[in-house]
Amino acid sequence: MPDSPAPTRTRPADAALNTGLGRLLLFVYGVFALSASARALVQIATHFSEARLAYLLSAVAGLVYISATVGLAVGGERGRLIALVSCSIELLGVLIVGTLSVADAVAFPDDTVWSHYGSGYGYVPLVLPFIGLWWIWRHRPQS
Amino acid sequence: MNGPLSVATIVVALVLAAWLLLRAALNRAPSRFDLLATAAVSVLVAVLVLVAVVGLFGDHRPSDTATFGGYLITTIAFGPTAIYLARMEPTRWGNLILGVACLVLPVLVLRLQQIASVTVA
Repeated sequence: MPDSPAPTRTRPADAALNTGLGRLLLFVYGVFALSASARALVQIATHFSEARLAYLLSAVAGLVYISATVGLAVGGERGRLIALVSCSIELLGVLIVGTLSVADAVAFPDDTVWSHYGSGYGYVPLVLPFIGLWWIWRHRPQS
Repeated sequence: MNGPLSVATIVVALVLAAWLLLRAALNRAPSRFDLLATAAVSVLVAVLVLVAVVGLFGDHRPSDTATFGGYLITTIAFGPTAIYLARMEPTRWGNLILGVACLVLPVLVLRLQQIASVTVA
């Protein structure tokens, strides 16, 4: 199959929330929704009593990623609002939990996705909400 | 889990990731070759997962079987999901989806190796 120099189809700037970069975000958020909630599930099911706070935060993180993924997938006005709220909570979560896990290591004996600003996940959890919020902001309704 | 097949999968996935990220940087949509190459890596990963599943019935079961199983399902579904999304996205972002998938796959394989190394014997 020759690699023909056909022009790349580009989407218009006002294309839907879930196209272009949005689809990549959807993929990455989906991966984090899965990994965070699966991790929380295993932690809560097998050794919940060891670090209740950390594991509950894992579960919350999982839910936030799930709702962000749903918001991006749904698109439109409603999806945008869901994604906006989830990404904002996500940003606050990673900053607060990240800071607490550094300042008060005793309360966080076991890691969550957001511990140490997501260092266990290549700091992607720290960068992701910024990209997400920027993308949502770029797709604010034109009025 | 630690054989030459894992090493080959990791190396091939990383090389392909570099290629796909370059393609995305050059603003190219996924070509037939890009999609087929990602499919080939997915097949390699599927073989790896199959070998691991067969190993589950052997003597050296990972002590954290549930996590291992979860990672196996994620790993085998990863490539196909990326290809499915990339086919809906005939822009540079399609190639970026494939590239990110090929970057994450080696991480998943390494995690599988980590979990598999703790066995109940």
